[in-house]
Amino acid sequence: MNMSNNGTILSVKNLSTHFFTEEGVIKAVQDVSFSIKKGRTFALVGESGCGKSVTALSIMRLVPAPQGKIVGGEIFFEGRNLPALSENKMRQIRGKKIAMIFQEPQTSLNPVYTVGNQIAEVIRLHQKKSCKEAWADTVEMLRKVGIADPARRAHEYPHQMSGGMQQRIMIAMAVSCKPALLIADEPTTALDVTIQTQILDLLDDLQKQNGMSILLITHDLGIVAERAENVAVMYASRIVEVAETPRLLAEPLHPYTQGLLKSLPRLGFSEKRLQTISGNVPEPLHFPTGCKFHPRCPRGKIDKQCQTIEPVLREVQPGRCVACRHIGY
Amino acid sequence: MRDIQYTYLLKVDNLKTYFPIRKGLLRRTVGYIKAVDGVSFGIEKGQTLGLVGESGCGKTTIARSIVRLVPATAGKVFFEQTDTLSADKVELRRLRRQISLIFQDPYGSLNPRMTIGNIVSEPLKVQRKITNSEPAERAAELLLKVGLSPDYMNRYPHEFSGGQRQRIGIARALMLKPKLVICDEPVSALDVSIQSQILNLLKDLQEEFGLTFLFIAHNLAVVEFFCDIVAVMYMGRIVEQATAQELYRNPLHPYTRALISAVPAVGRSEHRRRATLVGEVPSALNPPSGCPFHPRCPWRQSDCLEQMPALKRGKNADNGHFIACWKC
Repeated sequence: MNMSNNGTILSVKNLSTHFFTEEGVIKAVQDVSFSIKKGRTFALVGESGCGKSVTALSIMRLVPAPQGKIVGGEIFFEGRNLPALSENKMRQIRGKKIAMIFQEPQTSLNPVYTVGNQIAEVIRLHQKKSCKEAWADTVEMLRKVGIADPARRAHEYPHQMSGGMQQRIMIAMAVSCKPALLIADEPTTALDVTIQTQILDLLDDLQKQNGMSILLITHDLGIVAERAENVAVMYASRIVEVAETPRLLAEPLHPYTQGLLKSLPRLGFSEKRLQTISGNVPEPLHFPTGCKFHPRCPRGKIDKQCQTIEPVLREVQPGRCVACRHIGY
Repeated sequence: MRDIQYTYLLKVDNLKTYFPIRKGLLRRTVGYIKAVDGVSFGIEKGQTLGLVGESGCGKTTIARSIVRLVPATAGKVFFEQTDTLSADKVELRRLRRQISLIFQDPYGSLNPRMTIGNIVSEPLKVQRKITNSEPAERAAELLLKVGLSPDYMNRYPHEFSGGQRQRIGIARALMLKPKLVICDEPVSALDVSIQSQILNLLKDLQEEFGLTFLFIAHNLAVVEFFCDIVAVMYMGRIVEQATAQELYRNPLHPYTRALISAVPAVGRSEHRRRATLVGEVPSALNPPSGCPFHPRCPWRQSDCLEQMPALKRGKNADNGHFIACWKC
């Protein structure tokens, strides 16, 4: 993968984030590398606890301290290495150049301020605008994210709105400063399917208008298939496969990706049984040795080397990287 | 004609469950939330009926009304020959031996202070059916059946992952050899790679023990895979009901169509703008007149605003395909 490409907005190199807890060191993110192109959507997909959210928090420098710490790697955004920046400099980027929306809009909005207040605060913080101008911008943003009667609804509190509307508010807040990169961490997991479509369409529209890049974090391969140009699959703190989405879905190479795709029930295909990946997702404190997937992998169960040597992510075809010693040789 | 309730294991007839809205100092009832508003369906022995719909449409309230965890307002629910809604204490106890539940949240539904062995054998104790050493033996046997080692009997829930906990919940549900198992979103809290394991397990158990399932879920792909018959709900009513295959091949109700097309799927040919539904589900406090779907419906006409359509056989549909829509 050519990381120094001019069209790249963010490139993460060998990022490792650990949590130092009383029970031991949790290696939540290990040796993660990927890059996001300008104006494109890059998906990070994986099951709970695989480290996708911690990767996002590392980019935002919001890993909960003092337990959590970025212990290695670089995150280049517009030519600057984010982990090396001072907190002051980082504040100018966070919320302005890189914005984030979270899974649960209910818990991410402040219940004691009106939604308009919360959006205007972000605008005033990052742009030199008077209260009046900021409020006008706020109403305009609400209109943009599809809220009917925005001038009135700006005065309402989060609890007066449905989950879908709250997520629209979160999006309005995130894109109010026209960020170059939007990190969307499971933006629709808490929403119903018909509302999910509306929210994802809204993100598509905003991306087209502003030309922003999106880092989409999700566990739903269906969403990846329809919304992202490129995708990285994470398993137990590491990226196991990176590719353009259509290629990954048509021909998955890593055994985990293969298993994941096979185990999905699909609409319109009436199978008698689902194929499964045996075993359980490993716990972060007790990751297996060698390849983390080996206890659940048909090959890894018998291959001694899979059980002892951690495979590295290598380019096996142009633009495709896989971390499995059985692929590409 | 034989009495209809005898051909079904479970027959729900015009079930209504309303929750009163109370206001003011005297907590006077000022209105009702019609959580379930005239729902009818039947499940034959060994079959699986799926209830799908978005949050708040009344799926879970139906399940809770059947086992009398919430009082129903009107209607009848026949389990074999017994009307569960009018059953007395003794009958109800007997019924609850034969109907068991599997819950959505594998973290909240297991008592953290009890060992796995105790959790699984608890139903026997509650039903006072203990004979000699039976509970422990049967618990061990069931743990094996759901794919867990009987060595886990003395451990506590926090030592297990979500998928394993759901297996424990399933073992507990099977303890009393029920005839009907109500599964309320049994896999929606689980990781993708674990979901398929649990769904296969439930299918295997159904075959082995001849179980009948009422399966509640919001994931359409899961429901299509798992169920024989699917009922789609919207605002407390069934709007369409058909066999799983027929429903996905030939969805008729505009809501079902929108729901199916809204599911993001791997393997669809092109990224397309689909028939997105406008607006959101209306508040149950203030439901729309006529057909409750009309504010979001692309086919709405004047009839729809005035009268509620009844669930009836569709014009261009198979036997057993029912729709509640003026335009179908």
